[in-house]
Parts: sequence; C-alpha cells; structure tokens
Amino acid sequence: MKMVILKKSASEKVFDILNYVFMFLIFLITVYPFWNQVVTSLSEGYSAYLTGMLLWPAKISKKAYEMVLGYSLLWTGFKNSIIRTVLGTLISLVFTSLTAYPLSKNKLPLNGFFTGMIFFTMLFNGGLVPNYLLVKRLGMLNTVWSLVLPGMIGAFNVFIMRNFFKSIPESLEESAMLDGAGYFRIFLAIILPLSKPVIATVALWVAVGHWNSWFDGLIYITDKNKILLQIVLQKIIIENNSTNIQEIMQRLQSNERSNYTGRQLQAAILLVATVPMIVIYPFIQKYFIKGIRMGAIKG
Amino acid sequence: MKLFSKADIKGGVHHRLHFIKSVYKYRGLLLMLLPGILFFIIFHYIPMYGVLLAFKDFRIMDGIMASPWVGLKHFQKAFSDPYFLQVFKNSLLISIYKHVWGFPAPILFALLLNEVINQKFKKLVQTVSYLPYFLSWVVVAGMFINILSLNGPINAIISILGFKPRLFLTDPTHFRSILVITDIWKGFGWGSIIYLAAISDIEEEMYESAYLDGANRFQRAFHITIPSLAPVIVIVLILSCSSILNAGFDQVFNLYNSMVMDVSDIIDTYVYRKGLLDMDYSYATAVGVFKSIVALILIIGTNKAANKLGGKGYGLW
Repeated sequence: MKMVILKKSASEKVFDILNYVFMFLIFLITVYPFWNQVVTSLSEGYSAYLTGMLLWPAKISKKAYEMVLGYSLLWTGFKNSIIRTVLGTLISLVFTSLTAYPLSKNKLPLNGFFTGMIFFTMLFNGGLVPNYLLVKRLGMLNTVWSLVLPGMIGAFNVFIMRNFFKSIPESLEESAMLDGAGYFRIFLAIILPLSKPVIATVALWVAVGHWNSWFDGLIYITDKNKILLQIVLQKIIIENNSTNIQEIMQRLQSNERSNYTGRQLQAAILLVATVPMIVIYPFIQKYFIKGIRMGAIKG
Repeated sequence: MKLFSKADIKGGVHHRLHFIKSVYKYRGLLLMLLPGILFFIIFHYIPMYGVLLAFKDFRIMDGIMASPWVGLKHFQKAFSDPYFLQVFKNSLLISIYKHVWGFPAPILFALLLNEVINQKFKKLVQTVSYLPYFLSWVVVAGMFINILSLNGPINAIISILGFKPRLFLTDPTHFRSILVITDIWKGFGWGSIIYLAAISDIEEEMYESAYLDGANRFQRAFHITIPSLAPVIVIVLILSCSSILNAGFDQVFNLYNSMVMDVSDIIDTYVYRKGLLDMDYSYATAVGVFKSIVALILIIGTNKAANKLGGKGYGLW
C-alpha cells in the first residue's frame, strides 16, 4: 500500500508494534537454523556440546572445514550435480519451448488433443515401479540420462511458456511470414528473444529442481563415481554413516580425532553444499517472483 | 489460472479435408511438437501402461505382457494388510495436519507482511522467508536433526528452563508435529508469493475510497484485501486437495527412523521399500495405483466443486 495513511487510531498503533515484533520473530526463526549450522561447524571439538553454544561457538576452529574440503566424495558429488544441473536445464529448456510454441497456436491441428494429453500427465502417473522399470529397460541406470530425461519436460512449464507465447502479438509473426520466414525461423528469431523472462523463470525452476533432487540419484545411480551431492549429504547427515565420517576423520591426527564427533563435520559439509544456493539466491529471487506472478495470476 | 480454455478441448477435427490441409499447412509446427509428444508417450504414457503390473504377478524374465494375470489379488492383499491400512492412515493424517496448519500460514503471513510499512524491513523478511524453499529436504532435515538433537539448541533452552531434554525425532508423540512444523518452515514464505502478488494487483483506488469513507485498516483488510484474495485461495486449495495423499516423501524419508515408523511410514515410503528394496514389483505398483486413482478422483471432484460453488472460472478447467 503506497497510500499515505494520515492518522492512526490507538489500536492500529498497537497492532503495528505487535506486527513488527511478530515479523522479527519470523525472521529469526527462518534464519536461526542456518546460523546454528555456522556455529556448530566452527566449534572446536567437544565445545559443540556446550549448551552455551546457541549463538556463538565457545571455541572457534576451522578444522571441520579443512577436513570436509579435503573429502574427495564431496567434490565428486559437486561435479556430478553441476553436470546434471547444467545438462538437465539446457535440455529441458530446448524441448519445453519447442513443445510450448506450437501449442500456443490455436489453429494447430489436434491442438486440443495434444494439450489434453499433456495436461493429463499432471493428474495421473504410473508410479514409482513402472518408472523405475522403464529407466532400467532403456539401459539408463548409472548414467546421467536417468536423471535428466525422465523429467525433461514438465506439463506445468509447458503451459506457463505456452501462455507467455500466446501473449506475443501475432502481427509480429505475420509480417515475418510475409518476408518468407518459416515457423522455426520465427521461433528462433522473434519468439525466443521476446520470451526471455519466461525462459529465465523456467530455467531457474528446472535448475533448482535438478540441484536439489536426490531420490532419482538414490535409485538410479549406484556407481560411486557418479554419486550426486545430495546423496553424499544424505549418507553423511541423515544416515549418519560412520564409514563416511571415519573416512573424513582419517585426515586428523589421532589425538585430535577423539575430540571430534562428526557433529561439526556434518554441519560444515551441509553448509559447504548449501553455499552455491545461498550465493546465487539473491540474484535469482526476483525472477522467481516474476515467474510465479506470470504463470499463476496473469496466465 | 486458466491452464487451457474450452476451445482447446473442443477444437480439432471438423472436416476431414480441412484437417488434412491444415496438417500440411502447419507441418513445421507439428514437427517442432514431435519430440515433446514422443517424450510424453515414452516417459508418461508407457509407465501408465506399466500400471498393468498391479494386475499381474510380475516375472522379470517374462516382462509385463507375458506375466500371468491375477486380477485384483494385490489390491486384496493390500486391503487385508493391517500395515497398509496403517500407512494409509498415516499418509492421510500427516497430510491433513499439514493442510490444516500449513494452508492458512502463507495467507496470514502475506496479510501481515502487507501491513508492514517500512519497505526495507518488509523486503528483508520477505526475501529471507523464501530461502528455505530452495533447499532440498536432505539439507533441511540435516539442519533440524541437528537442532532437535539431545545437545542441540532446543534442548539447551529446555534445560535452561529447568525441564528434561527430549529426543524429539525418535519420539512417536512428537514426530508428526515436527513434520508439520518443518514443512511450514520450509514453505510458508514461498507459498505467500502468490498472495502477495495478488495483493499488489489490487487497485489502489479501492483502498483510497474506502479510506475516504472512513474505513480503518482492519476494515480495509477484511472488506478489500481478503475478498480480493478469494479466487487465488480457491485455486491453491484445489491444487492442494489433489495432493492429499502426498504426505511428503522427501521430508518423511529424510526425517524418519525405526523408532517412529508406526506414525510416520506413508504410502510413498512404503511403495519405495516394497517395490525397490524388496522388489515386490506388482504389489508396490498396486499400492501406487490405488494412491493415484484416489488423487485423480480428488482433483476432478474439487475442480467440479470449485466451478459449481465459485462460478465458472474458479476451477482449473
């Protein structure tokens, strides 16, 4: 509300104060879990167990980070997750936009049939086992294709792009057509350059999805060299897999080792893995908001 | 949100000749569409055909076609299995709790945030509130495992206050609440975007004239903001109803443990263990199919109800 509020009643003032307090609490509750990881990861040895360690580490040590950064499986995971995200996003964008553009033309024969067919996949699916068996039959187990192809085109993204393409004035295309351009030329030279906002939005959605996705990595990838970052995290943090923690700890001197419990390591590895997301987050945030408005409200 | 119009569905073949002509005319576009259609056939419709597994005793050597039909055997097995009923109940309960608490949370947050006048503070809270949505459940679960552990900050506060520390994540009485709370933590900010966007689309004049008529801030919120949000709220409600049996696989999988299995095991985790770990393909498929069919009925039903109650245009189609 940009409107100037001239005077406030007493109850409105009380409400304002309570509201600010409430919002500040929301802010704290959202930020604290991250901060807790920072404090834990920077704590030395058993000081991670002191109850005073709520806001600041009792004794600061960078040891956990040194150990975690020397852990090769983490870097393998990073590499594979980056490959998956970049490849998956590129392929998704190409094929989602290629699918959405024809569907934005009402005159396209069988448009209704194809649209319905794609829409139905939002309502019903075969479920876990048939999907797994298909990927297995296609020989994609332990390849990046098992992570990239099954989710290549999402129905929702198709409709968001289609709605955007529809909003582009048809006169632009008509004049290009008079100049002898075919649909593919028009798509590349006119439609795509005009559609940067929607493409950026879908790209970010897809990329975040790939980066955070782990279940497909769990069921389709068994080869240790192809492990994803999220699976590395899961093994160390959730399953609390002692062999993995031991592996990281082996780098420590034996007397120091007894002082570390894995708790700091878990926090450190979690933060290291989250850093890329937190660093790019402020830049991508505004696109997400734009995208959701475009797709959900204006569409 | 209109995903597609009535014309999309009704359009199509009227005259055969006209049709053939237009196929030729639009061959370029149809060719562009081809990879996408092939994708949906291979990765969506073929797995739908795989649903037949649920009605067969799948033998991996024979493939789906040659395996023997067994009718509804696997469905009967599921419904007579007390554990399946438990898992079904868990899915429903967890999901209902999440909807009851989680659905109003972003609406409330958006309404209150909208009343914050300091733009910088508003922006800061808003930005921070979206962040958890962008982390995977592995990461979020890892954080909360840390926070809720015996020597984590929550227990530190509890012991400072003079109570006995608790093992939250292995205690069946707390587990579902933890699922609900962490789910809200991760999603409330992101969920509010759509409402904040709708609020910013409300015309300024409405507020101004209400103000001139003597409406105070609360009256303006109740008579202008909330009614303007109604259509968006209905859409979000319909979308969420269809997922009533999705209690949150990623979240549960990363947070549960053997101590809380009775209250936390859901259809999806059950299907995963039965299907992929025990390799009981047919049974797991049957359970999955049951879930998909219930979801399908729910979304069609809620869409119909939305169109009827709110008038045309409220539903998704």
